[in-house]
Parts: sequence; C-alpha cells; structure tokens
Amino acid sequence: MCAEVTTSAKGVPAEAGTPGLKASLRRAERRKRRGAFLLTLPLLLFITVMFLIPLCGMIWLSVANTTVPTYMPKTVAALSHWNGKDLPSEDAYAAVAADLGVAFKNHTFGRIAKRLNEEMPGSFGLINKTTFRSARVKEAPASWKAELEKIDGAWGKRPIWTLLKRESSPVTADFYIAAIDMQYSAQGVLERVPSYERIYLPLFWRTGWMSILITVLTLVLGYPLAYWISRLPESKANLMMIAVLLPFWTSLLVRITAWIVLLQSHGVVNSILVGSGAVSDNARPMLMNNAFGTVVVMTQVLLPFMVLPLYSVMKAIPDSYVRAAVSMGAHPWRAFWRVFAPLTLPGVGAGVLLVFILSIGYYITPELVGGQNGQFISNRIAYNVQESLNWGLAAALGTILTVVTMILFVLYGYISGNKKVSIA
Amino acid sequence: MDAPSKGSGFVEFDRVQKSYDGESLVVKDLNLSIGKGEFLTMLGPSGSGKTTCLMMLAGFETATHGDIRLEGSPINAVPPHKRGIGMVFQNYALFPHMTVAENLSFPLEVRGMGKSEREGKIKRALDMVQMGAFGNRRPAQLSGGQQQRIALARALVFEPKLVLMDEPLGALDKQLREHMQFEIKALHEALGITVVYVTHDQGEALTMSDRIAVFNDGRIQQLASPSELYEAPENSFVAQFIGENNKLAGTVEEIADGRAMVRLPTGEIIDATPVNVGGKGEKTLVSIRPERVEYRAEMLPEGAHTIEAEVLEFIYMGDIFRTRLRVAGTDDFVIKNRNTLDQRRLAPGEKVRIGWAPQDARALDPL
Repeated sequence: MCAEVTTSAKGVPAEAGTPGLKASLRRAERRKRRGAFLLTLPLLLFITVMFLIPLCGMIWLSVANTTVPTYMPKTVAALSHWNGKDLPSEDAYAAVAADLGVAFKNHTFGRIAKRLNEEMPGSFGLINKTTFRSARVKEAPASWKAELEKIDGAWGKRPIWTLLKRESSPVTADFYIAAIDMQYSAQGVLERVPSYERIYLPLFWRTGWMSILITVLTLVLGYPLAYWISRLPESKANLMMIAVLLPFWTSLLVRITAWIVLLQSHGVVNSILVGSGAVSDNARPMLMNNAFGTVVVMTQVLLPFMVLPLYSVMKAIPDSYVRAAVSMGAHPWRAFWRVFAPLTLPGVGAGVLLVFILSIGYYITPELVGGQNGQFISNRIAYNVQESLNWGLAAALGTILTVVTMILFVLYGYISGNKKVSIA
Repeated sequence: MDAPSKGSGFVEFDRVQKSYDGESLVVKDLNLSIGKGEFLTMLGPSGSGKTTCLMMLAGFETATHGDIRLEGSPINAVPPHKRGIGMVFQNYALFPHMTVAENLSFPLEVRGMGKSEREGKIKRALDMVQMGAFGNRRPAQLSGGQQQRIALARALVFEPKLVLMDEPLGALDKQLREHMQFEIKALHEALGITVVYVTHDQGEALTMSDRIAVFNDGRIQQLASPSELYEAPENSFVAQFIGENNKLAGTVEEIADGRAMVRLPTGEIIDATPVNVGGKGEKTLVSIRPERVEYRAEMLPEGAHTIEAEVLEFIYMGDIFRTRLRVAGTDDFVIKNRNTLDQRRLAPGEKVRIGWAPQDARALDPL
C-alpha cells in the first residue's frame, strides 16, 4: 500500500457521506457554475430583451382590454352594480355622457368607438354620434337617459350596455373568442359566427393539414436522400451535404422568386407542358397562387431541415447492424425495416417536429405563392397587425399558435423520452 | 489437425482476387482450403486483405475473380442472407433497440420458427454463454464482455455450420480477452463448428487456432499451425510479424549440408539454417528468437559459432529478463532469459559472447 497519505489543501478532508463533503463539493463547483453563467449571460440578456419580453407582451395584448377602463372610468364604476337584466339606471347614462364629454375634449373617443366596433359592428357610428351630439348639450338635462335615447335609440336597448359591461374588465377573452370564430349574441351568449364569416378555424385547419402534408413530403423525399448520403464515403458525403445546404446560402426571397419563374402560368413548367403538347395553351394548369404552389415551394424550402437530423442519426448507425441482420438470414428489406428504420426513429422524430413547427408558423412562402387558398394562419396574423390594426386578435392568434407548438414539443419530448431509443 | 488436401475443403478460395478501384488488388490470387470443424485464423496487419477475404466469404463483398466454394458448391452468386453463415462483428452489432432475447430471436424468426421452439433455442444459446439471466436486458445495459457473449450466442443460435468472426475481441481489455479466447475455443470444440477468425493480434491467433493464414499485401505469406509458424517461419515477414525476432542482415558465404554460413557487415561469420535464400553471395536476413540465444558457452551445442556482444540495457520483467545487446553493429538485438535461480543478470557495458543452435537461426529473404 501507499507509504503515506497527504491531505490536499488545508484542514482535514471531509468524510464521505457527511454534510462537510457536500459543502466542499458545492464550494468547488461554485466557481465553475459562475463561469458558465457569465459565459451565457450575453445570450440570456439578448433572449430576454428581444424574445421573452416581446412574447410576454404579445400574450398580454391578447387578453388586455384597457380601452374602456381607461377612457370611460365613470361608466365602468356606474355599471359595476348593474344586474345586467334591465336597462341600467340614470347614473349610468350620466356617466356615459360625462366620459364621452371628457373623451371629446381629449380627442380619445375614436379609440373607444374603434374598440367597441370590433366587438359590435355599428358601435363606431353610435359612439361618434353620441359624443358629438351630447357635447352640444349645454346644460345638464333632467334625464341623461331620455337625452341619450333621443340621440340614438340603441341606448334604450340592452346590447350596448351588455357590451360596455363586458368591456369594463381590464382582462378579456374576446380576442380568443374571435380567434376561434365565436361571438357573443345580442343576448350575451357565446355562439359560432355565421358560416360565411368563419375565417380562423378553417385557416388553422388548413395550416395544420398542409403542414402535415409538407412534413410527409419532406420525409418521403428526405429519407432516401439522407440514407444514400450517410452510406457514401466521407469525402463524397461532405460534398453532398454541401449540396443539401446550398439553399441556405441563397436568400429565401430569391428562391421563392425562382419558383415563381418556374410555376407561373406562363412560366417554365407550363411552357414545357404546352410546348410538349401535354396540355393545350388555353388550359394551362394553375401551379401557383394556390395550395399546390405553397406545398411545392415549402417542401423544397424545408427539405434541408428534414435531411440534416436524419443524416446525423443515420451516419451514427454502423453498416454492421444491417450486415449482422443479413448474415442471420434476413432479406435486405427485412433487415432494413426491422433494424435500420427503427434506429432512425429519433432522427425522423426530430426532422418531423422541426419541419412541422417551422411549417405551421410559415409566412413568407404562402404570402408570395399561396394566393387565396394557400394562405396560412400567419398571413392572417400579419394582416391583423399591419392592416386591420387589431393587435389584440393578432396576439390571440399568435398565442394559440405558440401554445400548439409548445404542446407538440412537449409531446415529442415525452414520446422520445419513453421510447428509450439510443444509439450505441 | 492435418491440412485437408486441395479440392476437398469445407470452404475453398480458388484463385480469388479482389479490387475496389479497378487499379490495385487488395486480395491477390488467394487459394485457401478450410477443413470441416477447423479453427482457421486470418492474421495480418491492417490493410493486408484479411477482412476483405472474410467479407467475401460472408457475401458482403464480391470477388472480382475466382471462386469461393462452400461444401463444394460455388457461392459467389448466392446473396449473403442465403448463405447461412453465422457472423460475429467487431463491435458486436447487437441491435440496440431490441432486448437480448429479441436479438437472439431475430435469426430464428427470419427462418419462420415457431414461438416455443424459438424460446427453447434462445434459452439454450444463452445458457451456453452463461448469460441465461440476461434475456430481458438491452445491450446498452451490458458490459463489453457480456455483449461479446451475446453476439457469440446470436451467431450460434441458428446452428450455422460455419461461423465467421471479425476481430471479435478487439474492444475488450487484456484479461477479459484472454478469458474469452478460452471460451470461444471451448465452444468451437464442443459444437464442432468451423470457425474463420480474423485478427491482427498474433497472441490471439497462436492461442486459438488450428491453422493460421498470415496475410500481407493481399497474399497468404504462410499457412501453418501455430507452432510451425512460430518456430519455422518461411519468410522474413512472418518471422517479424509473429512474436519477437532478432534480425541480422548479411551475405551468404557458403551453403553446405543444410547449413548456411552468413557473413555479417562487421566481418563475423554466423551459421544458420537456409530456408528462403539464394546461393553464395546473395543477401539474406537471419532471424533468431530472443529466447533461443545463449550467452553461456557451456549451454551451446558443439561447434556453434559465437559472436561478440555488448550489453546495452537490462530489463527485469518478473518471469523473464530482457537484455538488449549491440551485435554486429545493430543495437536492437534482444535476448530473453528465464528468471531461474542460477540465471545471471547481465550488467550494461559488459561484454559477452553469444551463440545459438544453427537450426534456431533461419536465413530468410532480405526485407
């Protein structure tokens, strides 16, 4: 045995299993942990400022309802006691008149009108009219109720009051309700919007099935390709991987424009079809500005995201597995399906998840080649942000998309964690 | 075991060639006949063509010329899954997504065997390698040695007549490797199967084989039993590759009565047995095993030539002493002496005269 045992550092070394050992381990690890933290700090700050805070902001926007509480505080107070069945009492009418008077002076009544109109068409005119007309009333009338009902009969009916009461709360589910094509009826009951007004659920549905189709196509196209490259000698495989990654070096817009050149009605593909006599000149098929265009172009754009994880998993599977199976008498096909394919499942999972998640949030391709029936939900979100300026609805749609993505991600982690598929 | 006569072997390579690029040959004109029940090892450095030969036999590579026959019928055109040859791979190639029992079940399922019959065979195969309790484990939960046993059991479970092993013990540590060598050899004898074993570890080859084919440069350099290979190498490559050997380069002075007189560059004359050497005036390489060199004059046979040597280094290795000497201008001449009571420890700087029995020094081709 050893002649002598020296103790490291100062003092007596801790005995195994005592709290002293844990403390000294913590001490020893602390410096390492601090170093790791400092190294990731810049990225952490960046992500917090540029991603987490906007994300939280978006989620807040999707439920925030500040317009009525901010600009009509007296009305909110007056309606807090209202039972919601009959018309509200005189002081509620007076409060509306007072709030709109202030809003007229501060030029904020437009915001109230816009917000209420989003929920109940016609409210825009009602609020504007009421604001201007009530501002002309010099002396406080005996009854604001009678006065307002004189300005517009709507004040003598329940719906506007139900709406104001609902909008009194600083938090609302209105945007989510609108995002799933529902609305409050005049009686304040949730109902589906008329079928011709349903936009979002069909759009979510279309985004979903087209993403699934694109994912399946990339898998069908990418799997044999990844297999082939993974069995090539190193130098050739590297060359092929460069070819696979080449699209990443070209701007997405350029690639989509190239597709437009190919697919448009007088584009390359159609010209070849007509030239070869396969179709007649006045029956050129629509290859873009529809769902077909979106699927074709997105499949090409997203293919590398399928090939990369598949390739990295396949490369780690040695030839000897399939050879072993064949040497035991399995037909090469059987060896492939029983041995090789199951071992690539982690790669398939990663690729499918990656492509599907990228697909359901895709914007630019459907925007440029999707036409009417190739649009995705993200195009509608962009529309609500840029054109209709209904940020609350855009935020609600965005939040739904984020949550769906996160559920898929967790589900994948759960499934792949349980499978316990590992490569030696 | 006697070498089977040509044309009657269980496995035969008949003038087999293999080229990967159409320019150079990896295997050049291979002729080899393996007897039924034989344990034949293909031994050689990496790139010598031994693994390629094994892969051609398994059917994963195709010979560019020549015939490979199994039990008399050519198998060049038979796809690997129809050859019925068991194979153990270098890194075991156990299917990581299946349990041990499922791994063993695979070759039986492929043969359309019923469940109860499969279970019986799996149990027997696992018991055979002392792994009966591990059927439900996954390969990743086993140690290297255990995985090795399972790989062995899987190659044997469908009772092939021929089993190929491609450096199966390469990934194990020394102690386990030696143990597994013994077990594989015991299984071979118990089951009466024919084994073709590929390794670059000469110790492994010597311990296990009935015959060893030493490969170099796409050719079999020598095909012989372990003792013959060690004691009577036919050329310098084999002499250098198998075990440790001292080599002395020189010129043949005279060949007479089965003895060759060789003049060393320093002018001294030594005697050797001519094996693979031309006539008078030709260059040669004399090869002598370190343990067959003697420095005590009384132990040398009558009339043996001795030459001057200077001790450079003495290493105590426990069971033996290893002494490095300067002999005829080369300073990598090694002698090994058993650590017996009367053995002297040579001191560096000491001058001794060394010699050997003429049959222990073999005059071979110059490298």
